[in-house]
Amino acid sequence: MIAAHLPILQVIIPLIVAPIALIMRDSRTVWVLTLSVTWVTFSISLTLLIEVLDSGNIIYRIGGWAAPWGIEYVLDKVGAFVLVIVSAIGSIVMTYARQSVEAEIPDDRIYLFYTMFLLCLTGLLGIVITGDVFNLFVFLEISSLSSYVMISLGRDRRALTAAYRYLIMGTIGATFYIIGVGLIYMMTGTLNIADLTVLIPSVSDSRTIHTAMAFLTVGVCLKLALFPLHLWLPNAYTYAPSVVTAFLAATATKVSVYILIRIVFTLFGDVNILEASGLQNILMTLAIIALFTASTIAIFQNNMKRLFAYSSVAQIGYIILGLSFASQIGIAAGIIHLFNHSIIKCTIFMGLGCITLRVGGVSVKDMCGLGYRMPWTMAAIVIGGLGLIGIPMTVGFVSKWYLVRAAFEQGMWPIAALIITSSLLTIVYVWRIVETAYLKPAPKNAPNIKEAPLSMLLSSWVLALASIYFGVNATTTLNIALEAADSLLNGGLK
Amino acid sequence: MMMGFYIVISQHNLIKKIVGLNVFQVSVFVFYISMGKVKGGTAPVFLDGFEIYSNPLPHVLILTAIVVGVATSALALALTVRIKDTYGTIEEDEIEALETEDQEKEKEGLP
Repeated sequence: MIAAHLPILQVIIPLIVAPIALIMRDSRTVWVLTLSVTWVTFSISLTLLIEVLDSGNIIYRIGGWAAPWGIEYVLDKVGAFVLVIVSAIGSIVMTYARQSVEAEIPDDRIYLFYTMFLLCLTGLLGIVITGDVFNLFVFLEISSLSSYVMISLGRDRRALTAAYRYLIMGTIGATFYIIGVGLIYMMTGTLNIADLTVLIPSVSDSRTIHTAMAFLTVGVCLKLALFPLHLWLPNAYTYAPSVVTAFLAATATKVSVYILIRIVFTLFGDVNILEASGLQNILMTLAIIALFTASTIAIFQNNMKRLFAYSSVAQIGYIILGLSFASQIGIAAGIIHLFNHSIIKCTIFMGLGCITLRVGGVSVKDMCGLGYRMPWTMAAIVIGGLGLIGIPMTVGFVSKWYLVRAAFEQGMWPIAALIITSSLLTIVYVWRIVETAYLKPAPKNAPNIKEAPLSMLLSSWVLALASIYFGVNATTTLNIALEAADSLLNGGLK
Repeated sequence: MMMGFYIVISQHNLIKKIVGLNVFQVSVFVFYISMGKVKGGTAPVFLDGFEIYSNPLPHVLILTAIVVGVATSALALALTVRIKDTYGTIEEDEIEALETEDQEKEKEGLP
């Protein structure tokens, strides 16, 4: 009985627990509560993924109302996969969170942080699972509003302005998104994604639909921080509390990429919008510019969090590049990189969180000699860094390999060359970290520091090991991604 | 719609930016509401003598969007209050100057 309601429970549980957390107030209890919720959602999403892989798409009608009238929740392979990514990262980040949160957020605000975290999780899971474009907007705003609050909880006063800027940019993005939805609704009279897939081809030549497409794409690209719409991201990631950075870097932008996938390959799946509107070239060019510009800026950063924030912008470039090939391998490469990059970035930002806890900052001078003072933490960060470069035996290699293959498959060998060259830039900034941490001596008057607490180390290492495991044995993730890409290209939600 | 958008981009005062954002959002709401209007239609309540009704769905959607909009403005205003508390100003260029100072202080600490 309860199994049939898993899709809705996935979203409802964190949503209901959030106000309970607000009432409980005691920071330790609230943490236990949040932790259990995240693990419950993780197990639900795993069950759902297995079910989708076994027996096809899951459709859940809320309140029993059939599709065009009621809102339905739909899960296909892509959705289920992204759902697992989000909830897995959520549960691991929560396991890690307690000490870091206690150190970085004032005591009287900790319960507020957990409430916001739960709401943000609700929003992100809801975006992935919903089958209704307007419902998606509501979830998008739930997750964004709570993430603005989480960012503003940072210790530095610049966290406030970062949150404010993100709010302005994010709201513009979301409003663009509803303008697009409105225009589509005007032409088709429906908001259901599966319905829209059927109806759009008959009206796709009209100017209204083209305008809608433009609004939707720009709006979502603002949210996913595609170059040059990434301006909110570096400050937001740098000044947010470490836990928030680790969580948002691994999930928020990824879920926005998922929205883009839905728009391009499901909503407009039957009209091949990428080629028809020239969007393919635009996305590809922007993605490549993102690779180079963001990586170059990253090289010159002194604050490690900022460095990896820029590197995130570059990595999003890889994901979008994969999608813009619009071939099965290309999309699969995008989806795999989405998964891989979540793991890698979460590991790195968690490691940086450990350093913030013990040393107090993450600028280059704080990092000197850390390789010997906090060996385990630094090792986890370096494994993450190797994954970013795409060294064989790490996850990064798998995604780059597929990206290059996708480029060759379409005869675009210059792009393959550009992908490899941009990896060189990644080597430069990762090497800088290795150099400062292992080759530079620690400052003479440096206080003696301990290694990070066990729960934090353990969760970073779980992800670091996962990034090696899925690099060596990539068959599982690859198969899911390839099947997902296939189902996207051939029919999507139908 | 464009007016609100322009205000958001061009104004340097944080409060004025929020006002612009509101104008921008409200214009989208009006766009939705006008979409649902049917010529000669009344409110969709069953009454004798009326046969043409406006489409209620966009109106309902906008109710939700208004709630989201209110929450956004509230949060933006709250952030502005906090910014005013910590920086002592809500003019963007003055805040930027203070931030550059912060950054330079950080750099001085470097070896």
